[in-house]
Amino acid sequence: MSTTASLPSTPSFLGRAMKQKRFVFGFTVTLLVIAFAVLAPLVAPYGEEETAGPPYSKGGLFGTDYLGQDVLSRLMHGGQGVLLISVLATLLGMVLGILIGVVAAYAGGWWDEVLMRLNDVLLAFPQILLALVVLTALQNPAAWVIIVLVGVSHAPRVARVSRGVALGIVSRDFVVAAEALGEKRSRVIVAEVLPNMIGPLLAEAGLRLTYSIGVVAALGFLGFAADPGAANWGQMMNENRLGLQTQPWAVLAPVLMIAIFTIATNLMADGLAQLSQRGD
Amino acid sequence: MTAPTRDVPQTTTPAGGLVVEDLGVTLTGRPVDVVDDIDLVLRPGEVVGLVGESGSGKTTVGTSLLAYSRAGALISSGKVLLEGRDVLQLPWKEVRQLRGEEIAYVPQDPASALNPSIRIGKQLVELHQLRGVGTAESRLQAARDGLAEVGLPNDDEFLRRYAHQLSGGQVQRVALAMAFLPKPKVLVLDEPTTGLDVTTQKMVLDTMAQLCRSHGVCALYVTHDLAVVANIADRVAVMYAGQIAELGPKDAVFANPSHPYTRALLDSIPHLSQARALKGIPGRTPAPGARPDGCRFSDRCTYVVDACKQQVPPLISVAPDHEARCIRVGEIGMWDINRGTVPDADPNRKRDVILSVEGLNVFYGRKQIVHDVTFDLAKGEVVALVGESGSGKTTISRSVGGLHKEWTGAVRFEGRELARSARSRSAEDRRRIQYIFQNPYLSLNPRLTIEQIIRRPMELFGIAKGKQATDRVLQLMEQVALGSGMLHYQASRLSGGERQRVAIARALAAEPDVMVCDEITSALDVSVQGSIVALLEGLRKERGISMLFVTHNLALVRSISARVEILQAGRVVEAGSVVTVMDTPREEYTRKLLSDSPRVG
Amino acid sequence: MTQVATLPDPLAEVAPPRGRSGGAAWAAWLARRLGLAVLTLWLVSVLVFLATAALGDPVRAILGRDYDTNVGRREQLEAQLGVGDSIVTRYVDWLGGLVTGDFGTSLANQQPVWQQVSDTVVNTLVLVLLAAAVMIPLAFGIAMISAHFRRRRPDTVIQTILLALAGVPEFVTGILLVALFSTSVFNIFPAVTIASPTARPWDTPEGMVLPVATLVVAVTPYVSRIVRATLLEVLDSDYVELARLKGIPEPVVMRKHALLNAIVPGIQVIALQLAWLAGGVVLVETLFSYPGVGRQLVDSVRNHDVPMVQALSMIIAGVYIVVNLVADVLSILLTPRARTAISS
Ligand code: SF4
Repeated sequence: MSTTASLPSTPSFLGRAMKQKRFVFGFTVTLLVIAFAVLAPLVAPYGEEETAGPPYSKGGLFGTDYLGQDVLSRLMHGGQGVLLISVLATLLGMVLGILIGVVAAYAGGWWDEVLMRLNDVLLAFPQILLALVVLTALQNPAAWVIIVLVGVSHAPRVARVSRGVALGIVSRDFVVAAEALGEKRSRVIVAEVLPNMIGPLLAEAGLRLTYSIGVVAALGFLGFAADPGAANWGQMMNENRLGLQTQPWAVLAPVLMIAIFTIATNLMADGLAQLSQRGD
Repeated sequence: MTAPTRDVPQTTTPAGGLVVEDLGVTLTGRPVDVVDDIDLVLRPGEVVGLVGESGSGKTTVGTSLLAYSRAGALISSGKVLLEGRDVLQLPWKEVRQLRGEEIAYVPQDPASALNPSIRIGKQLVELHQLRGVGTAESRLQAARDGLAEVGLPNDDEFLRRYAHQLSGGQVQRVALAMAFLPKPKVLVLDEPTTGLDVTTQKMVLDTMAQLCRSHGVCALYVTHDLAVVANIADRVAVMYAGQIAELGPKDAVFANPSHPYTRALLDSIPHLSQARALKGIPGRTPAPGARPDGCRFSDRCTYVVDACKQQVPPLISVAPDHEARCIRVGEIGMWDINRGTVPDADPNRKRDVILSVEGLNVFYGRKQIVHDVTFDLAKGEVVALVGESGSGKTTISRSVGGLHKEWTGAVRFEGRELARSARSRSAEDRRRIQYIFQNPYLSLNPRLTIEQIIRRPMELFGIAKGKQATDRVLQLMEQVALGSGMLHYQASRLSGGERQRVAIARALAAEPDVMVCDEITSALDVSVQGSIVALLEGLRKERGISMLFVTHNLALVRSISARVEILQAGRVVEAGSVVTVMDTPREEYTRKLLSDSPRVG
Repeated sequence: MTQVATLPDPLAEVAPPRGRSGGAAWAAWLARRLGLAVLTLWLVSVLVFLATAALGDPVRAILGRDYDTNVGRREQLEAQLGVGDSIVTRYVDWLGGLVTGDFGTSLANQQPVWQQVSDTVVNTLVLVLLAAAVMIPLAFGIAMISAHFRRRRPDTVIQTILLALAGVPEFVTGILLVALFSTSVFNIFPAVTIASPTARPWDTPEGMVLPVATLVVAVTPYVSRIVRATLLEVLDSDYVELARLKGIPEPVVMRKHALLNAIVPGIQVIALQLAWLAGGVVLVETLFSYPGVGRQLVDSVRNHDVPMVQALSMIIAGVYIVVNLVADVLSILLTPRARTAISS
């Protein structure tokens, strides 16, 4: 530890992030995909469930799908659902997980033990399995059911990470100092602990978003989407799988969109993770 | 081990030693000097102390002797001559051969420098095994002899241990044994006793000195601790901001320090024999790339004149073999080691007790750490809790401060018994007793600004708010010698000393009557420690604040406190006024602590 | 300065681990670990049961529109699921069955669950183990190459590729592989594992290539990145620095000092990924019509076949718990500090 180890200036976390190539690239592509999902439906040549020609024909940029709907138009319409569900599920998972993790780390002792044991139980389910098990007894799941399922399956993983990060912070003397001054426990968490977790938590959120998209698309791919008729990148792969030989674009177009998006969010997450490791 | 085979001539011309000429290390990628213009001679059998504060580049010089530089830096110029060969020019293979065999290195933190998953015995013989020296038996025997030499057990059981199964002193001695095993000619020791208790430190130092003498090895001892150097070195090199500021025989440097920096450094260290008014050095050590032109010390020097900033001063000879890098070397007068001496605290002063601890027993889980400790603290008085690691000194202070709640006994504040944990004490009690932590890098929230940190206790205890609070913050910052420009800095931008000042200001913001100071200077450089101690002394005098001062440094106790409690294994072994305890110790343990503490002058 | 060096160390000597009490301590520790694993498994069973039997109405889900018209079938299903009983009774019955090896009867074809599951479990195990056998050396190899070029060009390139691959969902990788190797571009491998009811998937080895490749591509980047990070961390450690300063040749430093300490995190991440594979097979098997538990699970979920889903999820969760247990024990055995902490 050196007494001269102070930087001439410490710009904000995001300010530093903007100087990192990996983050900037991931972030830009993520924004582009989101913009595509939000704006494209406005300019799509055909409607979401509109027939454009015979099935698996070559008309249009990507041809038509198994029902003769225009693949490009379906692709443009199919992003919103996937992205919205993924983002909301990520948010839910982060909030739940941070809550569990930080409370466990801060309370310590029995609380920690019990919360983390229960957490281990949830961790024993691979993410997709948790969703599938619940879907067994349901007929057509509503969108919110999928959000809750994916969100809940994130929570134990986020909880583990945030507990780990929080443990390194709650033992630091500035938290003890706040305790000794008699600060309220909620304030200690909000004002002392959480602000120091921002970096790692942002990185975790990026990672979780990547996985959300994977799981949500996978559910669609397995045929468990909320609305069977609607365009949805995951579901589009499922619908057109049998035509992979004749009209590969009906499958490959949504596959590539998901690949691009997950690569981008993952690069972004990793950029953030690197930053939060390096910075203070 | 046998006696040295070579007859070592003790002359100024080095016959077997090491010569460093014009060594320079720069950062990779940027033309910025980490250290430059280093000239140093290590004569056979001699220990040279390389002293400097953090940021001085002392460790960089140390590893350069092995042609090694940490990632991000590279050796850019100069020579390191060992028996006529330039180590820096040798082909890579020979350098590797030379490392360990001719120049050995003893690391700063041996606990992390020994491989955690290889047994001690294996690590000791590793080098010989790789080089194919001797037979398996002879190697093992050599390892056993080496361990015996450093006073460690050498049976099979010990050889089978892993590093984590040894105590700090043992680990350090294993590292010493490992360094001596190939019978090197030169030894580089990088702060090898940091973090060790004085008794252990003394043992390691004695072992090292003895081995150096008996093997005719010359050693470079890199450290921040002047007192250690005063005890073991033959010659001393004082480093500042990447250059050697002063170089000379130990006695000459301590009796007649000729560089203003050396003098300032000596002014800031406490003595065991007498209380002193400690002084710090204002400002901070400039980082590589931010060093002033001309004399590197010019921005902090009390003797500075315009000419100092013109060019880097050369090393100027003061006496034979004694040089200082200061253009005013002859003009700044003589110096006296007893400068700054003040009368010891009066043992017969009337005491008005404000805080008393009675029959304190502290537990961690089922384990009892502190046994039946009783002492008290008077208004405007400093009581020191002194002990080695594991003595329970910090545990006691945490219990008093309400940070640890597993204890029995009584802590009375103005006669009232205090609740065990801070949370169950009244807001008023929490306000009046403030705790300051050892490590200022951990005790301030790096996300908050200085203003937010200091004003929080005011808001919490309803002392001030709004504009008034900001004004008070500024006042406090002035009092702890922090510029008002730092008001909106985040804590992560400050140096260690500055952070500790902020921590003190935060404690003062609550307008306390008692401050519990837990080793608050041990993470800081000595010059910074000096200024913090001066600050505390001022607060005690002006505000009549009482302090419980936890430390392992007996010399510091002499300068800062009126009474002292000597702790060992959770019990008070001796207590009383500082003068009585330190001048006429009754207990064997106290005497040993005093005799093992390194002393200056 | 005199002969102080031979004085005994003032600090308490750390008690060396002794064989006598060591054995008992190990047994106690292992028992505790096993107990925890069983406890977790039990809680998993509660969760599985609640999720499948209490959250929705499986009978209604199976019959769909027929729920109101086909009263006979409805009553038969309800009887089979024991809908009339309290949830606790049903759970206890089910758990009793699990413990005694009776997994119940499939709703879809009225066959005993165990009979249908036994083959697919083996098929899946073969798939996962094959993937692991390819993945582990591959991941370590890439990590070592990458660490060797640390922060130089090849390292950056490798890391960027791995990072990109790590984010892509496994079924996306699978589809891309299919598109590449079994359709238009190269038509080398079959897109599906053809399985007659009697044949085993490995009877047609070329059909296993793509499923295994997909799993490997899905898992390797993760493992490799973590192993590289660990290696670099170890290479930057003080003990590696000292080993270099002691003059030990670089290959030996790598082999003996670095790799030894990087192995434990390696084991941890492999275990994590093996456990992940237990879930990853769900999609990959479905994609390639591989006759394993994953595809069976998806089919059963589609059919709302509650007993099958319960049994399959218990198996997958059980594998996860066992793999983690083994990894924990191995890590402890390979970490001297942890090992001696237990036996003393
Ligand atoms: S050269 Fe000048 S500034 Fe430097 S130490 Fe000497 S007097 Fe001070």
